[in-house]
Amino acid sequence: MAATTIAANASQGSRRTSFEVWRGDAGGGAFRTYEAEILEGMVVLDALHQIQKEQAPDLAVRWNCKAGKCGSCSAEVNGRPRLTCMTRMSDLPDDQPVRVEPMRTFPLIRDLVTDVSWNFEVKKKVRPFRARPPDADDGTWRMDQRDVDRVMEFRKCIECFLCQDVCHVLREHHYHDSFVGPRFLIYAAALEMHPLDTEDRREDLRRDYGIGYCNITKCCTDVCPEHITITDNGIIPLKERVVDHAYDPLGKLVQIVLRRGKKE
Amino acid sequence: MAVHQVHEYDVLVIGAGGAGLRAAVEAAAADVRVGVVCKSLLGKAHTVMAEGGVAAALSNMDERDNWQVHFADTMRGGQYLNNSRMAELHAQEAPARVRELEAWGALFDRTPDGRILQRNFGGHAYPRLAHVGDRTGLEMIRTLQDHGIHAGLDVHMEVTVTRLLKDGQRVAGAFAYDRERGRFLVFQAGAVVLATGGIGRSYRVTSNSWEYAGDGHSLAYQAGAELMDMEFLQFHPTGMVWPPSVRGILVTEGVRGEGGVLRNSEGRRFMFDDIPEAYRPQTADSEEEGWRYTQGDKNARRPPELLTRDHVARMILREVREGRGSPHGGVFLDIAWIKGRVRDGAGHIRRKLPGMYHQFKELAELDITEESMEIGPTTHYAMGGVRVDADTQMSSIPGLFAAGECAAGLHGANRLGGNSLSDLLVFGQRAGKCAAEFACAQGESYVPDDQVRQAEADALTPFKRKASDSGENAFQIQSDLQDLMQDKVGIIRSPDLLAEAIEEIVTLKRRAAAVAVTGNREYNPGWHTALDLENLLTVSEAVTRAALERRESRGAHTRDDYPGKDSDWGTVNLVITKGEDGAMRLRRERVPPLRGDLKAIIEEIG
Repeated sequence: MAATTIAANASQGSRRTSFEVWRGDAGGGAFRTYEAEILEGMVVLDALHQIQKEQAPDLAVRWNCKAGKCGSCSAEVNGRPRLTCMTRMSDLPDDQPVRVEPMRTFPLIRDLVTDVSWNFEVKKKVRPFRARPPDADDGTWRMDQRDVDRVMEFRKCIECFLCQDVCHVLREHHYHDSFVGPRFLIYAAALEMHPLDTEDRREDLRRDYGIGYCNITKCCTDVCPEHITITDNGIIPLKERVVDHAYDPLGKLVQIVLRRGKKE
Repeated sequence: MAVHQVHEYDVLVIGAGGAGLRAAVEAAAADVRVGVVCKSLLGKAHTVMAEGGVAAALSNMDERDNWQVHFADTMRGGQYLNNSRMAELHAQEAPARVRELEAWGALFDRTPDGRILQRNFGGHAYPRLAHVGDRTGLEMIRTLQDHGIHAGLDVHMEVTVTRLLKDGQRVAGAFAYDRERGRFLVFQAGAVVLATGGIGRSYRVTSNSWEYAGDGHSLAYQAGAELMDMEFLQFHPTGMVWPPSVRGILVTEGVRGEGGVLRNSEGRRFMFDDIPEAYRPQTADSEEEGWRYTQGDKNARRPPELLTRDHVARMILREVREGRGSPHGGVFLDIAWIKGRVRDGAGHIRRKLPGMYHQFKELAELDITEESMEIGPTTHYAMGGVRVDADTQMSSIPGLFAAGECAAGLHGANRLGGNSLSDLLVFGQRAGKCAAEFACAQGESYVPDDQVRQAEADALTPFKRKASDSGENAFQIQSDLQDLMQDKVGIIRSPDLLAEAIEEIVTLKRRAAAVAVTGNREYNPGWHTALDLENLLTVSEAVTRAALERRESRGAHTRDDYPGKDSDWGTVNLVITKGEDGAMRLRRERVPPLRGDLKAIIEEIG
């Protein structure tokens, strides 16, 4: 097709770059060096595919959409957690090899692929959405766009788990049993602030999701490829809700009185 | 026989995109055991890429909209090769399926009075697409996924099915491998729902991810089911063309719905140059009228940029071929121009199209609020698929169902934007319900040992060859196939090239049969690609043979030797089956006749 030919011819000025790619499994492994030809606009995932096609067909890489929308190709590039499909080669220093290794917070399966199944188990623990009764006779709801917009930021999450990877509570302290990690705090925030949701997760957040472990170092916000302000817009407001709920006797009294008032 | 993991279910769903998850949720609601197999991690399926919205005649924006108009639009878009019963069910049930998602937690953008906001899209008479910015697919799949994990589904992630197993005529389960460890799994099931999506990976330039290798199409075909309408492959008019590594990535039709316009290198709105007769009465006369339409003026008619995708793609290709294209072989899509027309223009664009803003900023270093995008056609969607019963979604094999993109019928010769998300909800629900009923009524099936042994042997064959025995690398064969399909079975098709393509597919099949794999079975992409080749080659052959057979141009199928529509072909679907000798057979079938009341709707609405 014409489009293909023209575009292929237009890409000139390639260079070769070397890559140090982690190869191995849970039993051990090492960085192996490969070279790839870099063309304009290429991302790290393109280079990994080129290496796979030409030099290492069994190089394990997890990927899907290659457009930053599915969150499958998470890895660490030059020590930083990133989506390899959104990491442009032109943004990396060209005078040193590009180092690509798997996410460290999850058990390694092989090469760049880790076992992220823990995340899917954690999600099941979060109390599911429960809608208030419909507002209209036809079974539908009325919502203000501003209320939708407020949680939209959290609902953009593509579940790449880079925030989980970088979070020191998980990465260094391995509190996987008592802390759900930034992804699921944001998930809880999306549900708590959902305009229709009627569930109360404040006690769960404190007791089961371990929100107290987060000491707001904002590393998660820093690596989020969707630019979700995880800590400031999600976790901190949740922490405030939890604190208000758990340690505010006056507020509780007022609530009890108000509730009684409503019942009457 | 080696001992494999064996799982027993009443309903096995293959695929966990929108259709698969909706089917699984429905089957689980019938209180049967449901297994879901997905090729990737849960929630990563291609549905996340759907941007523009889900079409449903909620009539929140225009009280003139109703299911009859949606039905007529779908039939006109499909050039009347659609299964009219499917188009009827789809239009009638889509609103309930969308509202149900909202009850499960999905959030859509709102009208000023708080109802679901709907946007304009090509071929839809009224604003009909419920959406959330330009990430509607993510919202839908996440809602279904999160609803599903509390519905008692058993999900097998990163598992690929390589064979359907049969008990006599009836489907009995599936044979699969798990990606991570390379172990084999046997699924025994009373009913199987195929929801594997499309076939885009057989082309070089595609909006689809690697998973879309035509698995469901091929599994069904190999098991003896019928495929239909395979010549109709939608090339989405607006894919990215630059830089090369992102070529094919989708640029949502929502850009045009929000007022974006197409221009050639001379700055001309070339879409005004050629408007098909059937759409002329509904198309704007002037740029001004087109703009008013995108801003909700009910008296204005749609701009020609919002004509059906097949037509827009051909028009773009014509500009490129006649030398009026953009520097990298596409044309220009301009949304930045609306800045002069709306308040806080740049902010407005970023709010309406956040994903597109982000995508171009990060992948092409281009600010869409300032500059035009370069776009061109990209392989996007298979209208063709497994031939199913309209009401139940069951194929010609008892117990084997198909829903979503891998099923045929709803879209005919060309799908309207937004109708795929509604398709997968409506027919996912129906397939799940009917599969559960089938499994309950028919009871357990028996999985024959010899089929499992054969499936295992087939899956391991590539390891038995060594590269030194002239066995080839699977990636190279896949890449050659992609070039072949791109160059010879593209948007505009000529009989000589199609005939050559059929011969070359035969050669590629021979090469695929000798493919060699290195390494071991754990997470080995070389092996996985080798196993995908059979599916890719099967669907490529089906597309090519059907394209050679249909001697006319209609919808997404354009022949340079038969540039016009042919009334005889206008009542024919091409059906493909596997012959007893293993060769592909093609036959013509009459399109099911329109029921009188449906015919009246079309005649009235036009």
